[in-house]
Amino acid sequence: MIPSEHQTTSEPIVRLEGVEKTYRMGPVTVNALRGISLQINAGEYVSIMGPSGCGKSTLLNVLGCLDRPSAGRYFLGADDVSCLDDRDLSAMRGARLGFIFQSYNLIQQLSVVENIEVPLFYQGCGEDEMRERAVELAKVVGLDDRLNHKPFELSGGQQQRVAIARALVNDPLVILADEPTGNLDSVSGVEILKVFDDLNSRGKTVILVTHDESVARHANRAVRLRDGLVHTDVRTHGD
Amino acid sequence: METPRTHWQPRPAPGFHLGRVKRIVRLGIKTLWLHRLRSLLTVLGIVFGVCSVIAMLAIGEGASHEAQEQIKNLGSQNIILRSVKPPEQQKVSDQGSQSYVLNYGLTYADVKRIRATIPDVQLILPSRIMRDFVWNIDRRLDCEIIATVPWYPTLRHHEVIAGRFFTDHEMDAKASVCVLGAELVPVLFPLGAPVGKHVRVGGSYYQVVGVMAARAKNPDAESNGQRNQTVANTMFIPLETAKTRYGEILRKIRSGSFEQERVELHELTVEVASADKVMATADAVKALLERHHKKKDYEIVVPLELLRRAERTKQIFNIVLGSIAAISLLVGGIGIMNIMLASVTERTREIGIRRALGAKREDIITQFLVEAVILSAAGGLIGVLLGVVIPHFVSQFAGMKTIVTFWSPFLAFTISGAVGVIFGIYPAFRAAAMDPVEALRHE
Repeated sequence: MIPSEHQTTSEPIVRLEGVEKTYRMGPVTVNALRGISLQINAGEYVSIMGPSGCGKSTLLNVLGCLDRPSAGRYFLGADDVSCLDDRDLSAMRGARLGFIFQSYNLIQQLSVVENIEVPLFYQGCGEDEMRERAVELAKVVGLDDRLNHKPFELSGGQQQRVAIARALVNDPLVILADEPTGNLDSVSGVEILKVFDDLNSRGKTVILVTHDESVARHANRAVRLRDGLVHTDVRTHGD
Repeated sequence: METPRTHWQPRPAPGFHLGRVKRIVRLGIKTLWLHRLRSLLTVLGIVFGVCSVIAMLAIGEGASHEAQEQIKNLGSQNIILRSVKPPEQQKVSDQGSQSYVLNYGLTYADVKRIRATIPDVQLILPSRIMRDFVWNIDRRLDCEIIATVPWYPTLRHHEVIAGRFFTDHEMDAKASVCVLGAELVPVLFPLGAPVGKHVRVGGSYYQVVGVMAARAKNPDAESNGQRNQTVANTMFIPLETAKTRYGEILRKIRSGSFEQERVELHELTVEVASADKVMATADAVKALLERHHKKKDYEIVVPLELLRRAERTKQIFNIVLGSIAAISLLVGGIGIMNIMLASVTERTREIGIRRALGAKREDIITQFLVEAVILSAAGGLIGVLLGVVIPHFVSQFAGMKTIVTFWSPFLAFTISGAVGVIFGIYPAFRAAAMDPVEALRHE
């Protein structure tokens, strides 16, 4: 059901080469990332873990094209995105990335179907095309009977499923999930993780940032960060 | 560092599609509707600004229209000359030499001279003005009796509403006929149908041949102290008839003193061939009269000049109104900017989400700018509606004439839209300048 053009596992989709990120906080310079090299191939399901302050969020921001690395290179697909300007980065996010956040981050004044349409709108899609695609994705996450509900009328699990549909609507190369189950009760959390498993089994590349071991177990590769460096990078067998 | 871009080309920016515009506008309305009360209070500034401007313009336009109408009644191609009692002579007569006959004013010779020497003069309308009581049996009215010539109605654009004006023949025959002003009819002939009946002035009877349309008193009557008319009660008789009935000398009895004056003509209306020659002709007439009158015993009124002066006054009025409008729209605009800034801060998270989902800076700018414009345009629209309705009530209840010029609502609406853009730009840029990472982290 979900289109997946990037099924060949050999092709690297995300390639970081010595990525560094330093912040200046007043007189103090913080080295959040101190040279991360990482390669993620199409179809992988990677969890990124580590204690707080290890640079998880910073890495996610770089991976999500929300932030540029201070040094090093980041290839997304075949293109170096580490030096793109704000405008091109926005286009890149809209075209190649799907975001899923801990707090769902749905737009409150929009209905379910309109929320799913947002990325397509910024891609310049036509009205009919958008609606068709959004309804299709709502069906995939099992919310086709809630199309015109507002986010506050939905449960947390349902909201997160809307967010997943929204992340998939532009058919991204990579899905970036930041603690997707962090705000959910265990039952809904398991349901959501099932959705991720399902997506991965259809060939979607998923990067999951979490500090929860049980969540990370769903992935088939675990990257652990410590002090802005990759500490371990092990291939596991996902559930 | 070189940036190799192998495959990826940014998708061309979406063009101006009606569908996109509709969606952005719909989103803006939806968002503003979420905070109905706040939006309403925000636009009140614009509403009152626009509404007061349109209403005041309408009232001003109505007032100046009335004044201009009166001036136009005098005829924009006309020059009006009036006899004025020279001031130093007035003193002499006040000192009370009773046998003294005051001799002043315009003469028949003046008429001949003007006709002979000034090229663009088409018609000259001489008239004498007397005050007397007009009687019908026991009903009487203090009246201004205008002795004039048959072409008076055409030259002064004064309409005959019943019967006819007197003719050349009646003029030559010194016939005892008269035309009444419409305002006399209800007093003298309460049953109506005055044509064919008779009225009495002094010892003579005049047959009523027609009725003229009612007309407000001359706008410059205040400046003319000589004839302190309060109402425009007028009756018209042929000039030749008046000459035989009244002679040249008019007697006035004024609080004990007895005053005689000889005035050949009280008023001359000179019609000029075309409006653009009025000013030049007026100067020529002035020069001519100055040569032949030792004293300044006449005045020249050029309705065109009065009209221009009235227009100038109106312009000043409009400028004042415009400034008030500008200030109120400025205040309204600041209100909008204020609320948009608050909205941007409040919706930092939404901005972050949209940026993460691929919105470019200009998308964010557009979104917030559209919201600001919707606010101000809605305010403008409500203001226009109120501004069109209020003058209607003013004219209904206060009896003032109001005119809503067709362009003022459009102008007001356009300006209010522009206010939205001007005061929406800064908040929109603030929203777009936010760092997506920071915005997403915002609680």
